Amino acid sequence: MGNVTYAQTMSSIEKLFDDLTFEYVRQWKAKLPSRRVIGFLPIYIPREIIHACGMLPVGIFGAGDRIPVVRGDAYFQSYICHLPRTVVELALCGNFGDFDGFLFPSICDVIRNLSGIFKLQFENKLVRYLDFPQNFDPEVGGVFYRRILDDLINDLSSLNGLRPTNNNLNESIAVYNRSRRLLLDLVRLRTEKPHLLSAVDFYKLRRAGNTLSVEDFNALLENLLQFVGQIDAEPEDKIRVVVTGAFCEQPPLGLIKTIENAGCYIVDDDFQLGLTWFSQDIPDYSDDPLGALVESLLELKTFSSAVFEDDRMRGELLAERVLERKADGVIFCAPSFCDPALLDRPILERAMNKHHIKHTSLQYHENLGQFHVIKEQAGAFSDMIKLWE
Amino acid sequence: MEVQKESSMIKQKQMLAEHFMELSQVRETGRKVVYTFVPGNLAEFVSTFDMLPVYPEINALQSGMRKKSEEYIREAEDIGYSEDVCSYVKCDIGMMLQGNIGPTGQRLPAPDILLLSYTGCFVFMKWFENLRHLYPNTEIAMLHVPYQEAGRIEPAAVKYVKDQLIKSVIPKFEKVSGQKFDIDKLGRKLELAAQAENLLVDIFDSARHRPSPIDAYFGGVYYIGPIFTAFRGNEDCIDYYRELKAEVDYRVAKKLGPITPEGHLENERFRLVVEGPPNWTHFRDFWKMFYDRGAVFVGSSYTRVGGVYDDGFRHSSKDPLASLAEYCMGCYTNRSLPQRISLLERFIKNNHADGLLVNSIKSCNSFSAGQLVMMRDLEARLGIPVGFIETDLVDPRYYSFSNIKNRLDSFFQMLEQRQSIWIGDDSLSDDVLA
Ligand code: SF4
Ligand code: SF4
Repeated sequence: MGNVTYAQTMSSIEKLFDDLTFEYVRQWKAKLPSRRVIGFLPIYIPREIIHACGMLPVGIFGAGDRIPVVRGDAYFQSYICHLPRTVVELALCGNFGDFDGFLFPSICDVIRNLSGIFKLQFENKLVRYLDFPQNFDPEVGGVFYRRILDDLINDLSSLNGLRPTNNNLNESIAVYNRSRRLLLDLVRLRTEKPHLLSAVDFYKLRRAGNTLSVEDFNALLENLLQFVGQIDAEPEDKIRVVVTGAFCEQPPLGLIKTIENAGCYIVDDDFQLGLTWFSQDIPDYSDDPLGALVESLLELKTFSSAVFEDDRMRGELLAERVLERKADGVIFCAPSFCDPALLDRPILERAMNKHHIKHTSLQYHENLGQFHVIKEQAGAFSDMIKLWE
Repeated sequence: MEVQKESSMIKQKQMLAEHFMELSQVRETGRKVVYTFVPGNLAEFVSTFDMLPVYPEINALQSGMRKKSEEYIREAEDIGYSEDVCSYVKCDIGMMLQGNIGPTGQRLPAPDILLLSYTGCFVFMKWFENLRHLYPNTEIAMLHVPYQEAGRIEPAAVKYVKDQLIKSVIPKFEKVSGQKFDIDKLGRKLELAAQAENLLVDIFDSARHRPSPIDAYFGGVYYIGPIFTAFRGNEDCIDYYRELKAEVDYRVAKKLGPITPEGHLENERFRLVVEGPPNWTHFRDFWKMFYDRGAVFVGSSYTRVGGVYDDGFRHSSKDPLASLAEYCMGCYTNRSLPQRISLLERFIKNNHADGLLVNSIKSCNSFSAGQLVMMRDLEARLGIPVGFIETDLVDPRYYSFSNIKNRLDSFFQMLEQRQSIWIGDDSLSDDVLA
């Protein structure tokens, strides 16, 4: 990235966000004949493996309000969330032309069945549904997950004939560790000074992280950390909130802006949860790097609606997160018709009540265009918290 | 109107009454209670420990049929459950909040263990996570059943399910029931299960006759009652299916149509296959819209929701835990879309169906997401008329009689036109249609 200015950085991120034709991806791929592009749906996939195979993992998060849905509606009934419509629309319009494969993590029935639609639609591309274990015993879920990863490597390798060595895998793990560390540094910086980087800019930055190569993204993060650290600005009188429930279908930018403009600094959110799925480094020096990836998943402490709660009580994890981020309250912000997020909400609300953490709740779909109601609701929430202080 | 009941129906009613009676007496008998799900259920496994299963899905559908579901759903919505989520979950939680009175009017006991058999539907996990918070300190056993993403059951997936049973589920059941797991006892139950399964397959296969002696959807949901709930693996279940088969054989011999609430269906006019669960809140009215037109269902995917026996699977005592694993993985909603399409295609072809109907359920993404693609694929491949309606399982707010009727009117018009073309062509006989 070299010595670019803050404005240049933000403008390149913006361009990337707006480009639904994936020009960056095309250029990346054109550089070497063995390069392949693998699209993936939310939330988490082990991007390290794709990277180690010499491929680019690219997050597919729908198209928000940026394309009209013409054919996508003929694929999904009105009571199914919006994300799969724009994904199908992009697919049918040929926007994924440079993609060689698609991975669908096991997070809900819609994503699962969308994988079936892709199988029927793209018979000549790799389409895999990844069943992440819900049993966290290394000898049970661990063995099963290991097999899933082995199969994934076989499938990916069949696309370009390259099989990653342990060295390749360790290097990939290291570069993604670095990426997560940089991103978490930025999260911490925003915890202290959320006014230095707006929620919308931070969001766009993370979206870039799901398109750019990890090397380009890391360079961008390093630059940005420098810039942001040097900014001298005073915070406004806003409350601090954690936003949760938006881990799959993405809220429109207008919604994020509206929350912030209505008096709430978003100090944490799950919009791009997969980027920071692990809060600790994955060992990058192991003789068995796949084993290291498996182990990290089994020990996962991340708060996610797609992972069986078991003894990691989700409400408690959220309460800890609120404390850690010194937040004043929680905004449950879920896509309409999203079973995983909406069925978690009552559990989380009860936990917030128990911990005397204020909360409010709203629903959206990715192409929502009117934000008055959200403005009023977020504004009232902010006023209510200020009143209680 | 006096509803016609056959002796198999009366037998099923008695079996259910006894089961709910046993549930109401657990305080005295000390028997332990397992809440679990229908798809890929582990009925034989549960009864190996002498425990009693409760199926919240069945309670929800019964509440729908008894017109109680709307009240329960609103109760759940009042405490924060979104209007958008699966109505079974809300109906169950609402029922629990109102005292957990079951379909027979008796109070259902709280669970001693939640068997989260996570098969074919993601909502199951969220549902029992919620229940665990509502029944604090209740043991929960997760059994994660992998999806048939590649269109087949992988040995690694069988091993995974078996390993979970051995290392996690069995120890929890032993702890809660106070009984040691007896694999031979399970094996014996699985052999009994296979006998009932053979009979059920014969019963569903009878739909290839003209007229069809069964309605594989509206009648079918009764036929699957014993096998997909508490009774598979016991003698009573086999007796039920013997009795049912005798009734069906009789109708075949006499060339009688299926029994509807208003007697035998005479003059079968349309033979249909249906994808998707039925609506429960207006079950009779819904059924009537079809039998009034002489339409009979000769195949349905919903009656495979607990498990699929059409491609030869039977429970077996050879490797009991592997058999359970394969059963779980084989249930309809755990199959890939191409597999679901080919099962429907088989029903349509084998049972000489004239058309395909999709009843798309607002609550159920597991069934509904992808249905439009399946429908178009079958329409293109088989050239048959397809119909599409939308209802919900137990939320009556999503049942619109006029919408359904309008759509069915067009669907039946298409079927009629098709029939008149064929009837006008002397060269085509029933055999050709087959
Ligand atoms: S928004 Fe929710 S329901 Fe829709 S695909 Fe994502 S996780 Fe599934
Ligand atoms: S989503 Fe469908 S399969 Fe899942 S619990 Fe609801 S009705 Fe049952």
